[in-house]
Amino acid sequence: MRRILIMGATSAIAEATAREFAALGDALFLVGRNPDRLTAIADDLRLRGAAQAETWVMDACELGAYPALLDAATQRLGGLDTALIAHGTLTDQVAAQASSELMLAEFQTNALSHMVLCTELGNRFEAQGHGCIAVISSVAGDRGRQSNYVYGSAKAAVTAFTSGLRQRLHPKGVHVLTVKPGFVDTPMTAAFRKGPLWAMPATVAKAIVKAVQKGKPVLYTPWFWWPIMQIIKNVPEAIFRKLKL
Amino acid sequence: MSRQALSWGRLPAPEQRLIKLGSRFDALPTTTGSLLPYGLGRSYGDSCLNGGGALLGTRGLDRYIAFDRDSGVIEVEAGVSLGEIIELALPQGWFPAALPGTRFVTVGGAIANDVHGKNHHRAGSFGHQLLGFELLRSDGQVLHCSPTANAALFAATVGGLGLTGLIRRASLQLLRVPGPWIRGSSERFGSLAEFFALSAEAEAASAYTVAWIDSSATGANTGRGIFIRGNHAEGPASYAAPRGIRLPITPPLSLINPLTLAAFNALYYRRPAATARDALWHWQPFFHPLDAVLEWNRIYGPHGFYQYQCVVPMQDAETVIGEMLRRIAESKLGSFLVVLKTFGNMAARGMLSFPRPGATLAIDFPNRGAQTLALLDSLDAMTMAAGGAVYPAKDARMSAAAFRQYFPQWQAFAGHVDPRFSSSFWRRVTEYPQ
Ligand SMILES: Cc1cc2nc3c(=O)[nH]c(=O)nc-3n(C[C@H](O)[C@H](O)[C@H](O)COP(=O)(O)OP(=O)(O)OC[C@H]3O[C@@H](n4cnc5c(N)ncnc54)[C@H](O)[C@@H]3O)c2cc1C
Repeated sequence: MRRILIMGATSAIAEATAREFAALGDALFLVGRNPDRLTAIADDLRLRGAAQAETWVMDACELGAYPALLDAATQRLGGLDTALIAHGTLTDQVAAQASSELMLAEFQTNALSHMVLCTELGNRFEAQGHGCIAVISSVAGDRGRQSNYVYGSAKAAVTAFTSGLRQRLHPKGVHVLTVKPGFVDTPMTAAFRKGPLWAMPATVAKAIVKAVQKGKPVLYTPWFWWPIMQIIKNVPEAIFRKLKL
Repeated sequence: MSRQALSWGRLPAPEQRLIKLGSRFDALPTTTGSLLPYGLGRSYGDSCLNGGGALLGTRGLDRYIAFDRDSGVIEVEAGVSLGEIIELALPQGWFPAALPGTRFVTVGGAIANDVHGKNHHRAGSFGHQLLGFELLRSDGQVLHCSPTANAALFAATVGGLGLTGLIRRASLQLLRVPGPWIRGSSERFGSLAEFFALSAEAEAASAYTVAWIDSSATGANTGRGIFIRGNHAEGPASYAAPRGIRLPITPPLSLINPLTLAAFNALYYRRPAATARDALWHWQPFFHPLDAVLEWNRIYGPHGFYQYQCVVPMQDAETVIGEMLRRIAESKLGSFLVVLKTFGNMAARGMLSFPRPGATLAIDFPNRGAQTLALLDSLDAMTMAAGGAVYPAKDARMSAAAFRQYFPQWQAFAGHVDPRFSSSFWRRVTEYPQ
């Protein structure tokens, strides 16, 4: 049985992943902003087999509140050994390139909050000598594109940060997993036209749980994003800057 | 905008938007045009479609809310499927009291069509196991409805075709069962008269009864088929459910034609397994043999198909259904999925509920255009003359006049329709001049 903290627990990918953990009988500590939705999800997860499903209401941008959050999770679950960091917003690129205030706010939600939480968790897990931190980054972090570079560069920060953290903590028995989903059909992307590259949250969730179980370092999900991103990363800048991606 | 086939008959669908709901705490979306809830799209025709408007996809409302393992009361969000209820409840010894011929239906959809199963004579229809539900109306009101609270709206919403508002959560009384097994028998019968005799005899002792009819049989063989009965029973401890297979593509033409049909029916009727005195089935193949072939509806090709399901009162059932079967066999337009069953006398709870005392016949018809529609109209004439009804969940073409005769309470019902809700079906049977 894992004792799992889930940040952004009302997001579609987090909820689908929590269902996979629940079916394995794990104990869950769910964090999100909306108390009604958190309670509904916790009730559901208990019926799906979760050993425990606790809820905690907080805004992920309150960076000072993380130590208290981790204390509460550790206390309520009787310990903590896994964390899934899944909160985030899909930045409106046009608005964020027009306002540095908005750009900073998006960085706060999609990068800084993850980095603060990873720091707190990393130190605690290092001290206890075991644990797993799974962080949802994005294929968008592999290369900045004009259509979403504010979101993409925040995710790039998360990708680089978790890569370094993984190197640092690997010898200490702590597993850090960077998850890079492609397009996922969730309420966050409701306005987008869907094509064959789109995946369902349940598919992504299954891949995440498997990667946690296997101690995998980086997960592209669905898998076909790995070759796609190898190509995108390797297009020379001289050509890339002329593209309309 | 989407032009995909969104209903099970795969007839060309009108242009409409699909808005997926994700939380039962959200207000209705603010869009122009009318709204219609949409579950798993297992309705065959246009009662789950809303051309020019929006569909509210409810599959994101798929959370269990509470389950009492002692009393068998389960509360779920409206997008939870009956298959998902079984997944949770059956290991604890509980099963839906009324279950239609597929497990891929949502609770909301099951309420809105007041669906029936093979045990109607014993358990009634879905409305009978329904303890209550929560309805969101477009004026923002959230109403708890049960047989005693907001009783009129309850009666309008059970069988109410999604027109009275959005059902967000519901609570059901499940049935105590010893496990996943059904014990019973199947036997051949040679005529409709034999079917009705078997049915009358079997209903006292068997919870589930249903018959498959050989629609290609003619003359003295008209109405022959296989009668199946069963009860929940003890069985082996373990069972690995078979993996579903999927029809990967829609063939360019219907695979159902008079030749394949006659061959299938003859083989099916004569196959040795058609008679079994003491059979033990797992619930899945017993209730839902077709669910093992996902998207089997594609077999009818790019033009899709119609289903016709009617109920006719018992006193004339043998004559009327015999006449229908002769007409269908003559036309050579029918199909192999022909099911005959009797409904019990339990009065339905919904104003527009389809189940009522009598015998119910259900048949698929590949869409061959005008000749198929003409045949279905002639079946409607027989159903109307017999004082019966056609099932809206299976319909894509009944006339407004027919609908109004089949559902005499339709005007009282219309008073409960939410002003922002509508469907292609509803406009067809209420607005078009006849
Ligand atoms: C193979 C097969 C076998 C079948 N066997 C049977 C059978 O034996 N007996 C039987 O009775 N039926 C049977 N049916 C029909 C099926 O049970 C009904 O059409 C059922 O209503 C489908 O549920 P759904 O979730 O797919 O709903 P949909 O088809 O998507 O919608 C059905 C109706 O429910 C409404 N609705 C859906 N969700 C909500 C909600 N949350 N709030 C309000 N309204 C809502 C819709 O507006 C629509 O009017 C069968 C269908 C198939 C494909």
